[in-house]
Amino acid sequence: MSTTAQKKINTAQAINFALHDAMELDRSVVVLGEDIADDQGGGVFKCTAGLSAKYGTGRVKSTPIAEQAIVGAAVGGALAGLRPVAEIMLMNFTTVAMDQIVNHAAKLRFMTGGQTHVPLVIRTTTGAGFGTGGQHADYLEAWFAHTAGLKVVAPATPADAYGLLLSCIFDDDPCIFIENLPLYFQPGDAPVRGERIPLGKAKVVQEGSDITLVSYSRTLHEVVAAAKGLAKEGISAEVIDLRSIAPLDFDTVRASAAKTGRVVVAHEAQVDFGVGAEIAARLHKDLFGTLKAPVARVGAARSPVPFSKPLETAFVPTRERILAAIRETLD
Amino acid sequence: MSDTHQPSKETLLEIYRIATLIKQADDRFIELIKAGQIASPYYSPRGQELIPAAISVNLKPSDYVVTTYRGIHDQLAKGIPLKPFVAELLGRATGTCKGKGGPMHITHVASGLPVTTGIVGAGLPIANGLAWAAQLNGTDQVTVVNFGDGASNIGAFHEALNLAAVWKLPVIFVCQNNRYAEHTHYSLGTGAATIADRAIGYGIPGVEVDGNDAVQMWRAARDAVARARAGEGPTLIEANTFRFRGHLLGDDSHYIPKEEMAEAVAADPVPRMRAWLIGQGHASDSQLAAIEAANVAAFEEAVEFGLASPYPDVSELDKDVVAEGAHA
Repeated sequence: MSTTAQKKINTAQAINFALHDAMELDRSVVVLGEDIADDQGGGVFKCTAGLSAKYGTGRVKSTPIAEQAIVGAAVGGALAGLRPVAEIMLMNFTTVAMDQIVNHAAKLRFMTGGQTHVPLVIRTTTGAGFGTGGQHADYLEAWFAHTAGLKVVAPATPADAYGLLLSCIFDDDPCIFIENLPLYFQPGDAPVRGERIPLGKAKVVQEGSDITLVSYSRTLHEVVAAAKGLAKEGISAEVIDLRSIAPLDFDTVRASAAKTGRVVVAHEAQVDFGVGAEIAARLHKDLFGTLKAPVARVGAARSPVPFSKPLETAFVPTRERILAAIRETLD
Repeated sequence: MSDTHQPSKETLLEIYRIATLIKQADDRFIELIKAGQIASPYYSPRGQELIPAAISVNLKPSDYVVTTYRGIHDQLAKGIPLKPFVAELLGRATGTCKGKGGPMHITHVASGLPVTTGIVGAGLPIANGLAWAAQLNGTDQVTVVNFGDGASNIGAFHEALNLAAVWKLPVIFVCQNNRYAEHTHYSLGTGAATIADRAIGYGIPGVEVDGNDAVQMWRAARDAVARARAGEGPTLIEANTFRFRGHLLGDDSHYIPKEEMAEAVAADPVPRMRAWLIGQGHASDSQLAAIEAANVAAFEEAVEFGLASPYPDVSELDKDVVAEGAHA
């Protein structure tokens, strides 16, 4: 490990580094979104700080509040050979641009018989915990993962955010890159600059033999904390960070499940029809006779994200709820 | 004040060649559909031929044209090669999109036709991106995006015109106003007196022309293209026209008053242009007949090619979803 790799940075900085490095490397990389240029503050979370100063306001464009126009311009730019990175400030705002994302970005390669492709990234952030209520904090990754042609990525650490974002930018297909608001400010190991992390590769965060815990994004940190608690009781949990949701590294999940026989999937999106359901279905198909317990799922309540603090706290998959699911699965 | 600049005789004949090719193609497709050779909804552009014909003679091969499900006129005008074009309509492996696009989504990147959308209004924001790339790369490419009067009521229209104005993009928004959004008359769906009036809200020029008049249409396109190439930004053109064959083939246009339809058909722009060319001494009847015959011959060759082509292999379902070798 180089010395830079031992430095601590947070995810907002990691994303900023990735954007700087990608723009430096390839002049077809362009960035657009609301308030992203330096004159407008370099992005509400500063992820795009310094880009317009360095690369100019031709390649780094602040936009009106117009998500269809933003994603549409990214689609058109990508068709014409650019590698646009569009920032949609919050994940709920992607709903305004769903036609461009689902009917166009995702499908144009196929619908043109491979004549075109759409190498764009939509960076967006979300996550409960800031009292933003029902329209600013949803996890909608299952919607996108359900759409053929889209890649969906949700890093949990600064180093993964950096390496995965670089991979998304230089991937030849559209990627939805899901950031988490609270994680922006949480420090972690700094990435090795220039090093990409392949899409579709999960990371075994810790090895274990009694149970497999699958997660991603912010909830991963709750899962890791839960696993630490279990270790004190002599329970050995294997923790997998999916990192990419689509493509899904199911091989890693299956191998772990085959070893432990017990699986809990935890994510901040609501449980019903979610990523956990997909994993559970695949595991039950491949390992029906091998599993020692049904695959358990932990996620948000089936309600809009609530405002009031006690409700918001109970809404997300807390460490306690994750532990309860683990204990039930171990029983 | 009035613009008296005329297109050259060669340009007029080229506009006629394209317009008549569109009309012939449309007639032939309908025969193929009725004969059961094409199993697809079909959105005929009959009546709107002169708009793209007069625009396209102002464009370069490298310019982009974005269009919609009612788009074969725009594609033919941009110069899509006939054989893979017809094969695509027939869903064959030799089609421009390997049969994966179909009549509503015909694209041909090499002809400058990168996007044809089946979603009303969706082409406009994408056109901005194509134009942005040209602006950034310093090419003089312009992007023309076609849509109907109905599309001017969807949010994407407004977001796109505004962004194009703010970014001063080399894009030309062409509203082919055929008076009916699906089955609903303009007056029942649109608050503005004209679509062109909407341009003022975005600080860009809005031009209303008779889209069925080749010379007027040619002048409007010439000015908008010049403005875009000069880096002066977007133009909204409202080209007034009419749609002879309903929203979707098979719809009997019962919602259009009979007199309105009769009047429009009596003013059919393609035969009208033919008569005008002869009347003005630009061409003789036999010259135009030769153009028409050449079109028919080329088109029939394309139909034969298409009908003889294989359907795509079922394994194509797994291809072109993402880049080859990548996991979907």
